[in-house]
Amino acid sequence: MALKIVKGSIDRMFDKNLQDLVRGIRNHKEDEAKYISTCIDEIKQELKQDNIAVKANAVCKLTYLQMLGYDVSWAAFNIVEVMSSSKFTYKRIGYLAASQCFHESTDVIMLTTNQIRKDLSSPNQYDTGVALTGLSCFVTPDLARDLANDIMTLMSHTKPYIRKKAVLIMYKVFLKYPESLRPAFPRLKEKLEDPDPGVQSAAVNVICELARRNPKNYLSLAPLFFKLMTSSTNNWVLIKIIKLFGALTPLEPRLGKKLIEPLTNLIHSTSAMSLLYECVNTVIAVLISLSSGMPNHSASIQLCVQKLRILIEDSDQNLKYLGLLAMSKILKTHPKSVQSHKDLILQCLDDKDESIRLRALDLLYGMVSKKNLMEIVKKLMLHVDKAEGTTYRDELLTKIIDICSQSNYQYITNFEWYISILVELTRLEGTRHGHLIASQMLDVAIRVKAIRIFAVAQMATLLDNAHLLTGNMQRNGICEVLYAAAWICGEFSEHLENPMQTLEAMLRPKVATLPGHIQAVYVQNAAKLFATVLKSQEGNTEGTPAQETSQLMVERLPLFVQSANLEVQERASCILQLVKYIQKLQQKDVEVAEEVSALFAGELNPVAPKAQKKVPVPEGLDLDAWINEPPSESESEDEQPKAIFTREEPKHSRPRHTEVDEKELAKRREVRKQEQANNPFYIKASPSSQKVYQETHGVEHIPVVQIDLSVPLKVPGLPMSDQYVKLEEERRQKDRADKKKKKKEKRKDKRTGRGKRHDSGPESEEDITPAHMVDIVTEEMPENALPSDDDDKDPNDPHKALDIDLDKPLADSEKLPVRSHRAAEALKSPGEDGDAVSAATLEPRKKRSKEKREEKKKDKDGDRKKSKEEKKKKKHKHEEKEENLLSGQADEPVVQSEESSQVAAPPTSTSAEVSDLDFWLSNAPVPSNTQEAATVAAAAEAASVPEAVSGTAPDSEPEEPKDAEMEETKSSKHKKKKQKKEKEEKEKKKKKKHHHHHRHSDAGGEESVQNGTVEEEEPLPSMSNYCLLAENSYIKMMTEDADQVYDIQGNLQDGSQVVVSVIFENKCDSFLKSMEFNVLDSLNSKLQRPEGSGPHDGLTVPFQLPPGVSNEARFVFTMQSIVMPQKLKGTLTFIVKNDDSSTHEKLDFKLHFTCTSYLISTPCYSDAFAKLLESGDLKSSSIKLEAVLMPFHHLLARICFHHHFSVVERIDSCASMYSRTIQGHHVCLLVKTADQTVSIDAKCDEPTLLGNVLDEIKQTFSQC
Amino acid sequence: MSKFYEHYSEDTEQQIIRETFHLVSKRDENVCNFLEGGLLIGGSDYKLIYRHYATLYFVFCVDSSESELGILDLIQVFVETLDKCFENVCELDLIFHVDKVHNILAEMVMGGMVLETNMNEIIMQVDAQNKMEKSEAGIAGAPARAVSAVKNMNLPEMPRNINIGDISIKVPNLPSFK
Repeated sequence: MALKIVKGSIDRMFDKNLQDLVRGIRNHKEDEAKYISTCIDEIKQELKQDNIAVKANAVCKLTYLQMLGYDVSWAAFNIVEVMSSSKFTYKRIGYLAASQCFHESTDVIMLTTNQIRKDLSSPNQYDTGVALTGLSCFVTPDLARDLANDIMTLMSHTKPYIRKKAVLIMYKVFLKYPESLRPAFPRLKEKLEDPDPGVQSAAVNVICELARRNPKNYLSLAPLFFKLMTSSTNNWVLIKIIKLFGALTPLEPRLGKKLIEPLTNLIHSTSAMSLLYECVNTVIAVLISLSSGMPNHSASIQLCVQKLRILIEDSDQNLKYLGLLAMSKILKTHPKSVQSHKDLILQCLDDKDESIRLRALDLLYGMVSKKNLMEIVKKLMLHVDKAEGTTYRDELLTKIIDICSQSNYQYITNFEWYISILVELTRLEGTRHGHLIASQMLDVAIRVKAIRIFAVAQMATLLDNAHLLTGNMQRNGICEVLYAAAWICGEFSEHLENPMQTLEAMLRPKVATLPGHIQAVYVQNAAKLFATVLKSQEGNTEGTPAQETSQLMVERLPLFVQSANLEVQERASCILQLVKYIQKLQQKDVEVAEEVSALFAGELNPVAPKAQKKVPVPEGLDLDAWINEPPSESESEDEQPKAIFTREEPKHSRPRHTEVDEKELAKRREVRKQEQANNPFYIKASPSSQKVYQETHGVEHIPVVQIDLSVPLKVPGLPMSDQYVKLEEERRQKDRADKKKKKKEKRKDKRTGRGKRHDSGPESEEDITPAHMVDIVTEEMPENALPSDDDDKDPNDPHKALDIDLDKPLADSEKLPVRSHRAAEALKSPGEDGDAVSAATLEPRKKRSKEKREEKKKDKDGDRKKSKEEKKKKKHKHEEKEENLLSGQADEPVVQSEESSQVAAPPTSTSAEVSDLDFWLSNAPVPSNTQEAATVAAAAEAASVPEAVSGTAPDSEPEEPKDAEMEETKSSKHKKKKQKKEKEEKEKKKKKKHHHHHRHSDAGGEESVQNGTVEEEEPLPSMSNYCLLAENSYIKMMTEDADQVYDIQGNLQDGSQVVVSVIFENKCDSFLKSMEFNVLDSLNSKLQRPEGSGPHDGLTVPFQLPPGVSNEARFVFTMQSIVMPQKLKGTLTFIVKNDDSSTHEKLDFKLHFTCTSYLISTPCYSDAFAKLLESGDLKSSSIKLEAVLMPFHHLLARICFHHHFSVVERIDSCASMYSRTIQGHHVCLLVKTADQTVSIDAKCDEPTLLGNVLDEIKQTFSQC
Repeated sequence: MSKFYEHYSEDTEQQIIRETFHLVSKRDENVCNFLEGGLLIGGSDYKLIYRHYATLYFVFCVDSSESELGILDLIQVFVETLDKCFENVCELDLIFHVDKVHNILAEMVMGGMVLETNMNEIIMQVDAQNKMEKSEAGIAGAPARAVSAVKNMNLPEMPRNINIGDISIKVPNLPSFK
């Protein structure tokens, strides 16, 4: 053995370690691949050895090779082996390798689950740390599901080192296993206030990442983050939070208002540029969200712009870049404030850094106006000439086009100028954007009618000089322009000055070297030109020129007929034959021009790119429905389509063709036309709209400004756009002069008018009249196109799954899966387990509210006045709520009692959350009165309200904050009053204690422990869920209809568990002990007994009762079916012990399980509710209640309370309610009331259950 | 050395690294340290943020949830940490001790998210782990160390092998979501 070890170490001496490998690779530069392959062979040998050190060394080398790009997945199993080494050194190597090369499809990953779990719970923090780090890189959905619980535990590890890693990795877990988000979220939130800054920062990090994707779910955290923001000094955390707020503000403008102040403070105070930058960024986001209707924030905008200017002027290129980036954000909403910095931005265009130039370009896009467009583009054109890198030049080119064409050519006043710019751009060599230029040319020529003459002329020149463009056309895309040129010349050939010349240019042999699709256009448009030429020449009576033209065509076209491109070939041969035919006709002196040009008559209208998508599906057309019934299973699939197409089609079409004569056809056409006219969905060829268009502002009506061309326009190959700039200037001046004249005239007309009118010194936007009255033809859209809400959201986005409402209380089914052996424990002590579960579910809620309270307190400490205002508001709100609240005990939502609001007013807990947020958000802007008045008012109110206040207290806990509050309210002046009031309050509280238990009964059994005091003179017995179970002279048993119901999905296939809380009250003066609770099990329901006890053994009640004392015990029942109500017979045996004697007594009782008791009040959103109803798999049923006297909201409260429903939506005297059974059945109610009659329509996927629930509801109301 | 926080095939990874190197290396000395993401990493949401130290480039690829200037600071922290851990770090250290660099990085960035930015904390944790490693190696590791020392002595020309243009590229694809 020892020998083996020694041998192992000796072996290792000759093994290469990582350093040797690296060195070797560097020494074998020439034959690296070969060297590495020998290394890999060595590594394979090493991996076969038993010695773990050798293996680790090999894996370490593999990690390096993986980084060099070699596939090492074959060694995955060895990596797992090394990972499971007990030595940290090797373990770390293993995890590193795994993190580098494992991914979701690595199959050995499933072998690692237990190893990782072991490492996570290792006593050595670094083992855990290394496992977490590794896991963060290769976590899979399976691993996430299996380990989520372990990582959750680690989040409260004692060592901050582990805590922060665990917190951070939760994000990865959430991504892979979204179900874990809700259960883990409370703890995550807790970690936001961790004492260790690292952990805190990790938590902030995770929540920011989550919130970035689905910000709306995290709005409720805003107050917490706000506090962190004002208290934290860690710049990292601050940056993250500020970024998060940037994401939140668009959803909640009020938040923005609140943020502006602290943010501007930060901007002024911080020295860290990164923080400053993020602050500015978020302020911008805030301003964007506020931009509507908040004019008084110009100061903030100015501040931002000013700070950004400082950044941009900074010599640090990074700051400059970021400054420009942020500037472009402001630009979107406040273009004016940016425009004043045009000089700076233009300056940046000259920067030597490409990134900066690009950003500056982005900014320019938003800064152009009608006035400065030409100037800016001129500058850009200069840059284009100067630019050396093609990418930057291309970028410039696209920007020029973008700038010019933005918002439907809004800023272009002179399209001739634009066309010439485009033509100039074609002279760029090696640009990739020929296509873009081409489409612009086409677009402009088609949509701007007035420009066609000019455009055609320009294009003809382009075609003439095509050789300039095609010089090296194989490489560049600029020849695309010829495509546009040819098309424009052909389509609008009537505008050509010299069509013959152009025709010739288009038929040059050189054309054959152009790409196929361009040739095709050439050929087609040559034919169009030919038609035009013929038309003009035939007028001349002499047939010769026309015949010459045909001859030209016949001579040149064969070149294209030989083309390898099918499209070109086809068109060319087609047209060739046509021309030959025409030639024949010409020789017979037949006038053909008319007919030939008729071939190409008609105009094309631009169609919006989305038009097709927008065509609404006609009613009754179901695109998913089968046209023919799908083939039956037996038929082979490949035969079927044949049958459809070969057999049936001819049958239908043939008779039509043969039998229809001309008349019929005409008739039918007529009918069809009418049909189409009446059919709103038919896309008409839109002759109508076009006609209208032509009639109203046809070309002849366009007041084309006579450009008195002093400069000869067509100088081919010379840039001309500059001339336009000049021209434009002149024109504007002229315009202005004209206007002035007009104005003067006007003034003369009404001399008495306002004397002092500004002379239009600075030219305003409106003053610039466009050179062409350009009516830009809008793109056609199908009629009644649907308004677009193009949701480009990627359905596969993993973050979508994380769009989870975090404010909903946790359902028990959402608990993270616990490992199986724990489940077994749970079975052993069902009562305890129930407790644990309910405690777990309640805990987070409590914590949250606690946090809030604390926070509020702090707020108050900080600003007394404010707090009073706040309070006042709250009370107002509260009072309002009291009035219109649905619950009978309207004392619900005061202060921050979220638990209670969640329970008593089930219309989704978020409403409470949100209203809380509302408080927080709205407290700032309230102006404070004089202090005295405020105090008095507050005190007075405090005195009047505690009734309601104390009622809310779900348990003793909130008393604290309230007392604090009370103290708060009473300023020094009211000390005397204070004591009095406290007394009052206490009294009231005592009274109110009676109220408590309504709430408890829903909130959970653990609270009902306090219900010991329940007595028979209970003032509102009808609202208590506790009912008398059995009573004799010794003892009274009360039961709560099985609250706290939960099912354990994993453990029992179909069964569910129901917890019954029973209160035992000792009514005699003797001591009660050895109580045993027993129930006769039925087939359907069984009492859960500890393991090892027989089916008829009783359960010992775990306490004894001294005289007058009561206590509560819980019993768990397992249910098979929940659709029927059930009764179980049971007995309680106990010993009554007096001083002198003891007797054995027995009490029989019947446990009644109503169907209602299987319902869990579950909040449901109205949209989800609607979806549920639409789904169609619910059976419906309904009942009517006559003579219900109570108000509607009482009624609802009763249903909510007794039958565990929650209100989804309430409109006047109509409400929809929802609940869910423990087995996941949905139950939906629609409750309507009219003159004492209440009708309840219900839907449920389980009809029997529904019937029973309705019966129970009926019974509830018949009792009162 | 490179580190990816999102899975790509080895080939794509190499391509990304090449592309990144290509983009970064041709930039001038005094231009800004941000680059819109390369084609392969894709998406306008991603940015390359780099710092240039002598012959080394440190490149981070991050998405928009990270603060640009923050990442620059992070790189600075990373380099300073390396400097402390290796005592006057040079590119050779990084080349020959890739694993250690990885371990240091793991203390700073985890699963694509910034874990710790406090240098002292990072160094403390790294040292503690190294100490553990040493104590584990103990007697068993002695011969191996001796051998490697000998090997190093036998190669006196080693430092000369260094190609000045050698560049280590790190591409942590920080919060990387696809």
